[in-house]
Amino acid sequence: MSLDQGPEQEQPRIGVDEWVASAEERRARSLASRAQDAIDRAPAPVKLLALAAPFAIFPLLVDSAYLMQVGIDTLIFVLLAHGLNVAVGWVGLLDLGFVAFFGIGAYLYAALASEYAGRHWDAAIAIPLIAAAAAAAGFLVGLPSRRLVGDYLAIVTLFFLQLWLVILVNASWSRGPNGISDLYPLQLFGQQITSLDGYFYVALVAFVLIISFLYLLNQSRTGRAWRALREDELAAELMTMPVGRLKLMGFAVGAGVAGVAGAIFAPVQGAVFPANFDLVLLITVYAMVVLGGAGSLVGVTVGAVLINGSLEALRDADNASWIFYGIVVIALIALLRPWWQPFAVIGATLVFGFVVHEVAEQARPSLVGETVFGGSRIDELIDAWVLLPQDIVTQDGLPTGWTGRLAYIGLVAAVLGLTLVRSRVWRMVGLVPVLYLAACVWANLLIAQPAVARYVLIGALLVGLMAYRPEGIFGKQRVEIV
Amino acid sequence: MDWDKLVQLLVNGVTLGSVYALVALGFSMIYGILKLLNLAHGDVVMVGAFIGWGVIGWLGGAQDPNVAVWILIVLMLLAAMVGCGFLGVAIERFAYRPLRRAPRIAPLISALGVSFFLQNSVLLLFGADFRSYEAFDLVDVEVGISWGPLNVWIIRIIVIASAFVMMAGLWLLVTRTKLGKAMRATAFDREAAAMMGVDVDRVIVKTFFIGSALAGAAGVLVGLVFGSINHFMGFNYGLKGFTAAVVGGIGSIPGAMFGGLFIGLADALSVGYIEDFTRGRLGSAFSDLVVFLILIVFMLVRPQGIFGKPEVKKV
Repeated sequence: MSLDQGPEQEQPRIGVDEWVASAEERRARSLASRAQDAIDRAPAPVKLLALAAPFAIFPLLVDSAYLMQVGIDTLIFVLLAHGLNVAVGWVGLLDLGFVAFFGIGAYLYAALASEYAGRHWDAAIAIPLIAAAAAAAGFLVGLPSRRLVGDYLAIVTLFFLQLWLVILVNASWSRGPNGISDLYPLQLFGQQITSLDGYFYVALVAFVLIISFLYLLNQSRTGRAWRALREDELAAELMTMPVGRLKLMGFAVGAGVAGVAGAIFAPVQGAVFPANFDLVLLITVYAMVVLGGAGSLVGVTVGAVLINGSLEALRDADNASWIFYGIVVIALIALLRPWWQPFAVIGATLVFGFVVHEVAEQARPSLVGETVFGGSRIDELIDAWVLLPQDIVTQDGLPTGWTGRLAYIGLVAAVLGLTLVRSRVWRMVGLVPVLYLAACVWANLLIAQPAVARYVLIGALLVGLMAYRPEGIFGKQRVEIV
Repeated sequence: MDWDKLVQLLVNGVTLGSVYALVALGFSMIYGILKLLNLAHGDVVMVGAFIGWGVIGWLGGAQDPNVAVWILIVLMLLAAMVGCGFLGVAIERFAYRPLRRAPRIAPLISALGVSFFLQNSVLLLFGADFRSYEAFDLVDVEVGISWGPLNVWIIRIIVIASAFVMMAGLWLLVTRTKLGKAMRATAFDREAAAMMGVDVDRVIVKTFFIGSALAGAAGVLVGLVFGSINHFMGFNYGLKGFTAAVVGGIGSIPGAMFGGLFIGLADALSVGYIEDFTRGRLGSAFSDLVVFLILIVFMLVRPQGIFGKPEVKKV
């Protein structure tokens, strides 16, 4: 602790002035942050073009209706993630009622353009109106929570979401859980949009407009005030910033963007149901914002595309295996240093697996009796490698007894335990059986219910990201001064 | 005035309220000591309920248990408390401890992740169907207290009594033991406590164990008295428990007990009467609206809750 001369004198201590001062320099050393800096320096129109261009050519590349639908969903998710990013990334408010505003937008569309409502308003009027109404709703929800610190705000907004769902399910005007299913298609300047391509371009235009608006907002005085507020509310208040009003503005802007997303989502689906706006959606949108990097427009866009893309791909058991093993290998390569370590671990795991498989086959053939659910090429290879005890899951993918459940719980415990191992060597050694166990659990349990397994992965991703890389892919690392 | 209905609703309210109080206690303790909203607390309740259900199945099922009924109930509570206690410790260790110095919003997002992970893990392992404790087979509905309009099923008495015993135990622990003193000191000022020789990390771990164990017990009690459990039940109990803790005064133990009973009664009475009061316009599902309004009113009028002290912002 003393300041005497020692070898550690060379390196400035963490949190001390020199260390803080050299933060930028240290950051500039890594490849990711150099890419980040390049993005930061690019002029805004170039960035916008780079973000929008891949979306713009997407419809030219695909010709299946399913992929178009995925593309539209992705754009809607991108809009949602940007709305949430205003509250979470810029103002630093934990808004857990966010998807309610998405729902408000969708149901308002149903009120303005459906057979049920007996109206068909033009989108040129309806969408701005819906945005304003959703923003007003956000303002109202924010009102009682203006004075509250982050945690109380989280409760109030979460409760608001719950209330919104209760109302939707039970009220008569919303037709309860059956939803409103006779929506009119979007009508823009008298032009009815009926094709998926049309909706895709509408969403794209909304994306370009909203992202430009958000970019300008972030550059403005308000945007700077938001960031100041996020970093230190007290200091911002002392600098005479109207803290309460800024928070309300953040809430309202985020809610307005969500409203627009809802107004596009409703006619695409052709119906609205209460189940569209639940907690699952909320946490998925959170994962998008956090993965991409809260506060970064580029990051949030990329995060939304990545998460929605992988969720969509994980729906299907055949793809799911490829994605799972791919993610494991990529994560190993990204996390382990030096470069040969991941390959050593993968090699060792393969050998370990074949040995265990062989021993099990000799000792008790029933342990390897099953074949993997799915049956793509990778699964046939996996068949010969992992343990597949007979009758571990039922037809609908649920574990029949405690073997499968305990294996899953054991895997979670083993992964957590592994993060506690300090010694690098032992961690490598421990990684081999844990990876094999993960493969076994995956092949037996998770792949049988890919729809649930992907949400398990999202939950784990959120926790892992917050622990190891809270700034996400593109976010700026925050220098904490001790 | 329909006295039978009122008395029945009051009994419901007290039962529900004692469960909410247990949830609120754990939540309030953890908030007091870490200034952290444990959003995953409701899902710990859910895991506790599933552990209790697992114990029933393991001991031969509700219709024909291998052991005496009271032993079965004690074992369920114990298993759920120990299991959830360790779950809470793991949540603290892996989701919150790495984020102690992070911005305030970081552990909350991590808690969302934990909550989502637990819900979907249980969905993965047990499916989306409601599971039943079949408590009607365990204990006959006829058994209990019957006095005038008051009819209380024995299971309800067990639930209320065990909740109050646990609350009393916690009260003694916090006020009379060395650990309790260390917990209070840590809640008051973590750094000062550390300087006085309190092993703060250990106190935090123990707080999480106790708080989560209470949540686990609450889960079993829910299963016993309301019958069915599923992977999403934690959301409701978490939300009501949070509200109870806020209403009572977050960080205060008597506050959490009182808040729990208050919210339980408000919930039960509005379930019973909201239809009459609104002339059938709002169904009983809108009882959440009443609880939400109570929360909002408290936030506006008395944000520190009934038993809490106004928070002084230290700069």
